[in-house]
Amino acid sequence: MGAQSTGEKVFSVINTVLMLLLCFITLYPFLYVLFASLSEASSFIQHRGMLLKPLGLNFEAYKAVFKNPMITSGYRNTLFYVSAGTAINLFMTALGAYVLSRRNLYFKNFLMFGIVLTMVFSGGLIPSYILVNKLGMMNTPWALLIPGAISTFNLIIMRTAFQGVPVSLEESAKIDGAGEFTILFRIVIPLSMPVIAVMILWYAVGHWNSYFSALVYLRDRTMYPLQLVLREILIANSTDSMSTGVAADDKYAIGETIKYATIIVSTLPIICLYPFLQKYFVKGVLIGAIKE
Amino acid sequence: MWQVTNKKLTNKRPAKSRLDMTKGQMIRKDLRLNWIIYLMALPVIAYYLIFHYGPMYGLLIAFKDYSPAQGIWGSPWVGFKHFDSFFNGIYFWRLIRNTVLINVYDLIFGFPAGIILALLLNEIRKMMFKRFVQTISYLPHFISIVVVAGMMFDFLSRDGLINQLIGMFGIAPIDFLKESGWFRFIFVSSGIWQGVGWGSIIYLASIANIDPTLYEAAKIDGASRWRQIFHITIPGIMPTIVIMLILNMGNMLSVGSEKVLLLYNPLTYETADVISTYVYRKGILEASYSFTAAVGLFNSVISLILIVSANAISKRVSENKLW
Repeated sequence: MGAQSTGEKVFSVINTVLMLLLCFITLYPFLYVLFASLSEASSFIQHRGMLLKPLGLNFEAYKAVFKNPMITSGYRNTLFYVSAGTAINLFMTALGAYVLSRRNLYFKNFLMFGIVLTMVFSGGLIPSYILVNKLGMMNTPWALLIPGAISTFNLIIMRTAFQGVPVSLEESAKIDGAGEFTILFRIVIPLSMPVIAVMILWYAVGHWNSYFSALVYLRDRTMYPLQLVLREILIANSTDSMSTGVAADDKYAIGETIKYATIIVSTLPIICLYPFLQKYFVKGVLIGAIKE
Repeated sequence: MWQVTNKKLTNKRPAKSRLDMTKGQMIRKDLRLNWIIYLMALPVIAYYLIFHYGPMYGLLIAFKDYSPAQGIWGSPWVGFKHFDSFFNGIYFWRLIRNTVLINVYDLIFGFPAGIILALLLNEIRKMMFKRFVQTISYLPHFISIVVVAGMMFDFLSRDGLINQLIGMFGIAPIDFLKESGWFRFIFVSSGIWQGVGWGSIIYLASIANIDPTLYEAAKIDGASRWRQIFHITIPGIMPTIVIMLILNMGNMLSVGSEKVLLLYNPLTYETADVISTYVYRKGILEASYSFTAAVGLFNSVISLILIVSANAISKRVSENKLW
């Protein structure tokens, strides 16, 4: 390293400042939301400009959020969709990846072609909607779990990982009398754990964050996932139901802080888990890149 | 390496008999021996046939007047009627313009953002700080689009944070999300806010693969860090950039409806309504299935052409290709 020219020193300083600015721009919206959610509703309404700390300390908004039956049922539904959906995703993807990773399979190239084709051409929203309707899955949780059972991109990544499992291990297992399912669950999957972990995360986060298929396929509000409930509260602006029993003037004020509390309540799980899971996600991007 | 070993094994297994068998016999024998594999393939094949090829078959309704009672096959053929009414409809050019422009802006401003961030991150010498910035910048990628849109609604509203801040400089409040002139800027810049960190990962990995001796040689020759960036780092990640560019071009006409759907409203349709949101409104909400299936088919075909030609161009001008 040693001596740096002045130009390079200036560059380093500017670069550091830029990076700090990026961190600020990225984090501040979340901090603002956090501070606002903890503020006294009345003083928050009068406040102008940035918040550097909560104005007072008040948990009324959080109480209102947790009392809202839609939020709690949304949470419950989302937990179900995430766990059931990810389980289905994982089972189907592993099955497909295992089959496609076999070297001596007839029709394999044909199968592969048929699968990859769906990445560049698809029937689109309307025919899928009609299909889901025909299959009787409309307005049932199945509509959120089955049509997206396999992400082709993930399937190809997992197949690449499975191909990396030494053939000798499988051959010796076969000689010992192991069947295909035993080989898949006892040898191939345990040896591909890093990829499996990445897949679990990708599928789970996908289910947690998705709202569109629920918007299209679900009518019954008791089945709404959290994101769809959030949409009503944040975008369609309906906090009224949560602030019942509050005087009209305060209603608007508390409505504002309720929105912020809702954002915090719904994103906190992700933000808390994120630092621990980050390296798996990054690994996932890189595994995907190798394929390309 | 493993494949080579395995080829030997599979060649050995069926022994002499293989030479005498026809293809059909060989397949039957394989089915008998490895039937479990084929059984395992069944659910996957069924899934793709039903949920991917099923909708492709369903695209037939683009050429029919579909009524649920008559079914896909039973509905009467109408030829290109729906395509005609889409191409000649009042919204055709608006939809094409909005879809293309949002993508072009994203390509011009959003695509380089990840590359630039990766280059800047690479120049940070303090590992702790670098990791800190990376961790922070990846975070928004994991926040759901509904929450991001909700925060945007709040910050950009008439009495939201942004207006409070610009109000301090005496600027009159702007209703950002209700003025069509602001939509593309807001859409693309919020996309960068959410995606720039995540987008940089792939380039950072690509930078990490550059041969370090190149930098050492450059240092000995007295090249500044600035010159190293332009003469080693950027050429080194060029293949990755090209691949990512092809992928982006291929997706040119498929702006996800999910984010637009949350952010737009009738006041901003003029700049915000894209093909996919139009399909959602007309198809799902107004139930004109055949017409929107035609619109969707048009979109899919153009996308297919785009990705195939982007790939072909890239193959010709460089070694990089998707397939």
